[in-house]
Amino acid sequence: MATVRLTTPLTEEAVRALKAGDDVLISGTMYTGRDAVHKYLAGGGAVPDGVDLNGAVIYHCGPVVIERGEGDDRSFTVKAAGPTTSIREEPYQAGLIGKYGLRGVIGKGGMGAKTLEACREHGAVYLHAIGGAAQVYAECIERVDDVYLEEFGSPEAIWVLHVRDFPAIVTMDSHGTSLHADVSAASLSALRGAF
Amino acid sequence: MASAPLFDNILELIRVTSTDLPPDVRKALLDGTAKERFGSRALLALDTIDTNIKMAADGSAPICQDTGMIKFFVHHPVGHDTLTFRKVAESAVAAATSKGYLRQNSVEALSGKNSGNNIGPGTPLFHFEAWEDSTVDVRCMLKGGGCENVGAQYSLPMEFPELGVKAGRDIAGCRTAVLHAVWKAQGQGCAPGFVGVCIGGDRASGLDAAKEQLLRVVGDTNSREDLAGFEQDIVDTANGLGIGPMGFGGETTLLGCKVTERNRLPASFFVSVSYACWAHRRRGVVLDGATDNIVRWLYTDAEEVLPGGHPS
Repeated sequence: MATVRLTTPLTEEAVRALKAGDDVLISGTMYTGRDAVHKYLAGGGAVPDGVDLNGAVIYHCGPVVIERGEGDDRSFTVKAAGPTTSIREEPYQAGLIGKYGLRGVIGKGGMGAKTLEACREHGAVYLHAIGGAAQVYAECIERVDDVYLEEFGSPEAIWVLHVRDFPAIVTMDSHGTSLHADVSAASLSALRGAF
Repeated sequence: MASAPLFDNILELIRVTSTDLPPDVRKALLDGTAKERFGSRALLALDTIDTNIKMAADGSAPICQDTGMIKFFVHHPVGHDTLTFRKVAESAVAAATSKGYLRQNSVEALSGKNSGNNIGPGTPLFHFEAWEDSTVDVRCMLKGGGCENVGAQYSLPMEFPELGVKAGRDIAGCRTAVLHAVWKAQGQGCAPGFVGVCIGGDRASGLDAAKEQLLRVVGDTNSREDLAGFEQDIVDTANGLGIGPMGFGGETTLLGCKVTERNRLPASFFVSVSYACWAHRRRGVVLDGATDNIVRWLYTDAEEVLPGGHPS
């Protein structure tokens, strides 16, 4: 297993070089997006000005954010920012990878066959963060650059995060390998043996 | 009724629940860590979890950003003013939200509109029950959406084609159902987790009782010998499935199983499973019924035997 440093936006070449099982450290801009954002974008909603999804990394995360000040003086502190369960975005993720050129999806629990195929076809990876480890990831966030679609509520908004050395594991690569599918199949066979 | 100490004490209960994982859960995680191979992804996941637990407690910040469905389980003296308790607890929840101990986590079901302070129809949840004691036993549980989503309810008998077995209305059928739920969850519920199980009841009471089982201390033993054996078997078998932390593969899939039985209708046979993630956040305080001052904290010791009132 290699540790690979990645800087956003990601190129297809950098993503194609990754293999399931690789550890990565991501630096640069990432966008949070979860249920409401995926449904909105998949339904034809406009990408807000200031958000560039081409080569981007989207983070399935609804952070705890404390806000201070008003208007131009607004500032944000991220108190907790771990990954949410990604499989809920399975109906939407493949379409967004194809349409907008997302190169990285960070979340937990893995995703399904449709997303895996989109990763293979378009050159993208699924990056697994450790579920619940909200403080470890919050510490990687250097600043909040902006927030969009706040009308969806704080956890469901697009938070523009500037991160440094955000750790994750490639569990679905752009070559058709999914560690999740492997573990699911092996554990099913073990379970059948328990009866 | 003096509400000022009640507000302060409930706010502190919420803060501690969200930021400081109880000793019994920490011990279970450490026991799991000892079983994983050096250099494995499973060990990496558990080490990250361990670091996170310490960071959260040291920084008084949420262990997990999903601070979950907030539920208060309250046992109180006969005639205790539960209306005031509810109002004060709700204001403590709103205060904990503005301080960042809780995420803004209560949204209207259809519109998705966020109430912004965790208060709304059905949130937070309360379970009040009178008991013959002069104290008030308050337990707070924060249960995130990831693990709530992988909970399950089975109506036996039932066929499981993917497993090649039928689950009948007996203890073997219950075993099949619970193991199926653990397998189905994979890493989605933030394994390694815990399951609370209720055999029997109706659909609503079964899931409620299953969740209530998660209040039990991890290391306790079911007073019913048959159920104690069932619990141990589920944990041992689940840990042999190789799902592992986060579904990465490994030896540690399930840290605990707690089971209760409820009478059912002759026509119904439900097995209800409530799954709790590794960040199994529940804490408790015993309050003086007259002054609302804290008599003692619960869940302070991994070997603790908790007082009655919550059926095991």
